[in-house]
Amino acid sequence: MALKTEPFVLNLGPVHPSTHGVFRMRATLDGEVVVDIEPVFGYLHRGVEKLAEQRTYTGIIPLTDRLDYISAMNNNFAYCLAVEKLAGIKVPERAEYIRVIMAELQRIAAFLIAVGAFLNDCGAYFTPFLYMFREREKIVDLFEMVSGQRLTYNYMRVGGVSQDVPEEFWPALRKFVDEMPRFIDEYDRLLMQNEILLARAKGVGILTKEQAINASASGPVLRASGVKWDIRKADPYSIYDRFEFDIPTGTVGDCYDRYRVRVEEMRQSLRIIKQAMAQIPSGPVRAEVPHLIRPPVGEAYARIESPKGELGFYLVSDNSIAPYRCHIRPPSLINLTALRDMVRGWKVADLIIIFGSIDITVGEIDR
Amino acid sequence: MMAIADLNINDMVRLQAVPPDWPGGFWGHWLFFTVVIIGFVLTMVMGVIYIERRGMGRMQSRLGPNRTGPFGLLQPVADAVKVLLKENIVPTAADKLVHWLAPVVAFAPALMIFAVIPFQNGAMLADLNIGILYVVAISSVSTVGVFMAGWGSSNKYSLLGAMRNVAAVVSYEIPLVLAIVGVVLIAGSLSLNQIVLAQDIPFILLQPLGFFLFFAAGCAEINRSPFDLMEADSEIVAGFHTEYSGMKFAMFYLVEYAEAIAISAIITTLFLGGWRGPLLPPWLWFIIKVLLVFFAMVWTRTTLPRIRIDQLMAFAWKCLFPLAIINLLITALQVLAWPAGLPWVVVIINLAIMAILILIWSKFFFKLGWGRIEV
Repeated sequence: MALKTEPFVLNLGPVHPSTHGVFRMRATLDGEVVVDIEPVFGYLHRGVEKLAEQRTYTGIIPLTDRLDYISAMNNNFAYCLAVEKLAGIKVPERAEYIRVIMAELQRIAAFLIAVGAFLNDCGAYFTPFLYMFREREKIVDLFEMVSGQRLTYNYMRVGGVSQDVPEEFWPALRKFVDEMPRFIDEYDRLLMQNEILLARAKGVGILTKEQAINASASGPVLRASGVKWDIRKADPYSIYDRFEFDIPTGTVGDCYDRYRVRVEEMRQSLRIIKQAMAQIPSGPVRAEVPHLIRPPVGEAYARIESPKGELGFYLVSDNSIAPYRCHIRPPSLINLTALRDMVRGWKVADLIIIFGSIDITVGEIDR
Repeated sequence: MMAIADLNINDMVRLQAVPPDWPGGFWGHWLFFTVVIIGFVLTMVMGVIYIERRGMGRMQSRLGPNRTGPFGLLQPVADAVKVLLKENIVPTAADKLVHWLAPVVAFAPALMIFAVIPFQNGAMLADLNIGILYVVAISSVSTVGVFMAGWGSSNKYSLLGAMRNVAAVVSYEIPLVLAIVGVVLIAGSLSLNQIVLAQDIPFILLQPLGFFLFFAAGCAEINRSPFDLMEADSEIVAGFHTEYSGMKFAMFYLVEYAEAIAISAIITTLFLGGWRGPLLPPWLWFIIKVLLVFFAMVWTRTTLPRIRIDQLMAFAWKCLFPLAIINLLITALQVLAWPAGLPWVVVIINLAIMAILILIWSKFFFKLGWGRIEV
């Protein structure tokens, strides 16, 4: 005999331990089962796109740091690419290599947080999270060497990077690249075959290939569903066509695949860094660019593969010192649109880990 | 001789509980041990909170609290002072009486469990001849307090947490009791003191499977990881005590650790030979063993992710319950075969049986991932 039950509405967030910032969901539950959810955006809205219209092209770079604040380097990168495309600036070779190294280091750091936070949502009480932070700390130290900052780096400039890396950077990077695979293996030994993690994450929150493409998802969320799509390969920007690396993909598109794809991508990023370290030439790190850039009238869209997915900057210039319009394509927001389809029919505990496996940053969603 | 009907409750307590040669008589004995138990539990709670926070710090490659006092030893005191000074907030929609009463209802049983636990030979508040039955009965009363907290807060997170807790306790009580029955069969007594005296071979060796069943079910009863989904902070904020603050929150915090100590103490008494041990004084052995068991709980907490509510129920009914029944059957046969007391050879037999059973069960009969809802 089935008891008659009545659905009730549970408000998750904006202040909740697992909403990765100030995200809010209005979840309709039937007991423990999620009937429906309704995401509510806007708790971290700062009007970045509008602010950008009143700033010089260089002055916007610190704003981009604060979009997806756990992968600030990638935001800098995407924005600078857009301005360079708009103004037709050629970046020196050495700067390109430094940019790629920074972007890949940042990718590893962001995936460390993503995987750690996902496992934290699974209920592994902070242990994996803090272990991942131990490694992220080393990357942050590297960034501190080059930029003096530990979270919002503001390192890249239109036409290059702000300054060349210091001498002590290279041995430290070499040490990190040599040590890191061992730590990734250590995490895998701890968690990859963990019975509870398998039971919790395998087959949960499946996003099929078709659903993922229809939602225009990108990044690890899309690749976990089995689509081999990585902008570094599909539409190479900067100098990514010179490196050899694989695109790890999942098979099913469940939470476990998303977790695995991120771990594998860390290994691929290390491969890219190693190649870049071997190839890097000497020379200037910044093109001759005026302080106040006045790009010709026109528009440009540049996109990169950020840790969350396709991060795009669309700039319209009216030949003044500030863009007429700056639009940002935030991968977190677009990936999140698939959340509703993924969580319906699962339990509250699954809702949390599915949400965690998408890996969002609220700073980017609300801009 | 008096007929049973003529005995009043006082006489019964006297007859059953007090060793005849105890100095100070019934009331002196009662007063002494009440003070000892409260002091013991409160001190141990502070100790285990320190151990948990520092131990977890070590395991998570960080330091843990180290600012208050030498090595951060005074951190639990600082925490206690902090919660005492906090404002007591009651939600407007709460059922005031239930909300107020819940911490008390939850706390009292956690303390009462210690009445029958022997700190050394005969040193206990009441040597009940049904000691272990009393423990099982009293320990499930806490659930009433937890559910009152969940219901009285009129908060959906609290209610979800309380529901999970009731479901878990009702299910895990059964393997818990069945694991105890194996011990009782070998010891031939329900009195905890007698059970300790019977452990010439510690029962963890004679009953390895029973030990693991009891440990798992015990962890589930007291919301320790990986069964901590009643207060899963990443899902339902803090579960049933989401709406509690100040001293009432501290009471729940105290209950949580008092119960953890109680389960550790019961495991120590039933499986690890209680206060028995060479060289050191018995009470010290008892405390060392309790802390060791607690440390094992901290270890699992830092290592394992959390399981889901349906997996929790499936684990109780499809894994622990059948294994407990099989364990009981095997133990009964062994007790029948060696009525004079189990010899050492049984240790090897039982360890082998445990290994084979767990292997077979986890390969063919039960996987955590099975039986999830399909979409």
